[in-house]
Amino acid sequence: MICIVDYGVGNLFSLKSSFLKIGYEVKVTSDREEIEAAKRIILPGVGAFADAQKKLFSSGLGGVIAKEAEKGTPILGICLGMQLLFERSHEYGLHRGLGLIPGEICPISDVISPDLKIPHMGWNALCFGSEKHPLFKYLTEGDHVYFVHSYFAKTDEKNIIAKAEYSYPLTAAVANNNVMGCQFHPEKSGEAGLKILKAFCEGI
Amino acid sequence: MITKRIIPCLDVCNSRVVKGTNFTNLRDVDSPVELAEYYSSSGADELVFYDITASSDERKIFTEILTETAKNVFIPLTVGGGINTVSDFERVLNCGADKVSVNSGAIRNPDLVGEAAKLYGDQCVVLSVDIKRVGGEFRVFAKGGREDTGIEAVEWIKRCVGNGAGEVVVNSVDTDGVKGGFDIEMLSAVCNAVSVPVIASGGAGCIEHFIELFKALPRVDAGLAASIFHYGEVKIADLKNEMKKNGIAVRI
Repeated sequence: MICIVDYGVGNLFSLKSSFLKIGYEVKVTSDREEIEAAKRIILPGVGAFADAQKKLFSSGLGGVIAKEAEKGTPILGICLGMQLLFERSHEYGLHRGLGLIPGEICPISDVISPDLKIPHMGWNALCFGSEKHPLFKYLTEGDHVYFVHSYFAKTDEKNIIAKAEYSYPLTAAVANNNVMGCQFHPEKSGEAGLKILKAFCEGI
Repeated sequence: MITKRIIPCLDVCNSRVVKGTNFTNLRDVDSPVELAEYYSSSGADELVFYDITASSDERKIFTEILTETAKNVFIPLTVGGGINTVSDFERVLNCGADKVSVNSGAIRNPDLVGEAAKLYGDQCVVLSVDIKRVGGEFRVFAKGGREDTGIEAVEWIKRCVGNGAGEVVVNSVDTDGVKGGFDIEMLSAVCNAVSVPVIASGGAGCIEHFIELFKALPRVDAGLAASIFHYGEVKIADLKNEMKKNGIAVRI
């Protein structure tokens, strides 16, 4: 069973529909035991880091996810869910994340050209670099996915599995062994997005 | 780089897409569910669903249809029409909408944009404005472009963006339905005033109008149209290929 962690942040309708579309049963849950029993875990999230982090930790689910990550359960963070996987974020103050991937979340205004719009919103092409991560096994370099974000992950190159060019190569997807994350929304990225979720479900 | 978005708009009334459609390859050409799936898989970058029903009973049918549609649409889905309160936002977001477009509701209650942005984030709130020239100025029109509110449009848009609108749909009443091209002058005035994405609406009649739009105004993010897509006068695949040929960034 695949679990989508419901910690009271964001709308999980599309995410759930996406898995049904590709033929996988999912459970949207905040139940600790169900998450512990899950074969794969999806950590969603939209909105502000501080608010989401508070909800994740106060519900105790942050600890559950960290423990599952340690056990080797494949975890996929999406959008803010990806950002929560990092050590800390600089969004409106300094806030602690799950620390499952080394690095921090910084404003994209620090790195992009000042005449570009913020948020980085819309369809942008993925660049994989020299090696294509299994998450992208059904994708071709340059496939477009849908982004909406004003902060991005700053991390070691070895953790970055895809970038998107926005006058600066923004981190688009990350992986640290079994812990993975997409800054974009696979559930809103048409066929390309569904193929990423399929690859995750099939096993990384 | 971020690509320019092409957005078909579907007016939905009593579980049907009105204005009719001209697709021969769909079993039910007026079904919002089928049409949305078709667009979602044939290159549209986003969809707008516009609820043009009037009664609460009909609104209930709209939300049912929306839910059914959203289950099979894996591109961003914006819903507008009849959005007057934060609970209207809640209602359509729960049915699978990603963004909510507010027009007359914001004119009636100028706090609505700010309240919704606080609850759901700026990226969720799309300000839609019907604009018409009156005595040399751009005016906000209400009631589907029929009533002059007396409000100056660019100031109105700046104010709403300041309150948290994350995107603006500029619908030129002057060019709407004429099929003579987008209202470059009006769009230019809006693009110069705000830094959030601007979506051009009203006036598209052929592929060249989109090319002209994106070449004249590189700051416009998207082009929205309805009947030319529904009637198949412009096929999204053809449009995008032509955009690409003209050096405009598109997702193909």
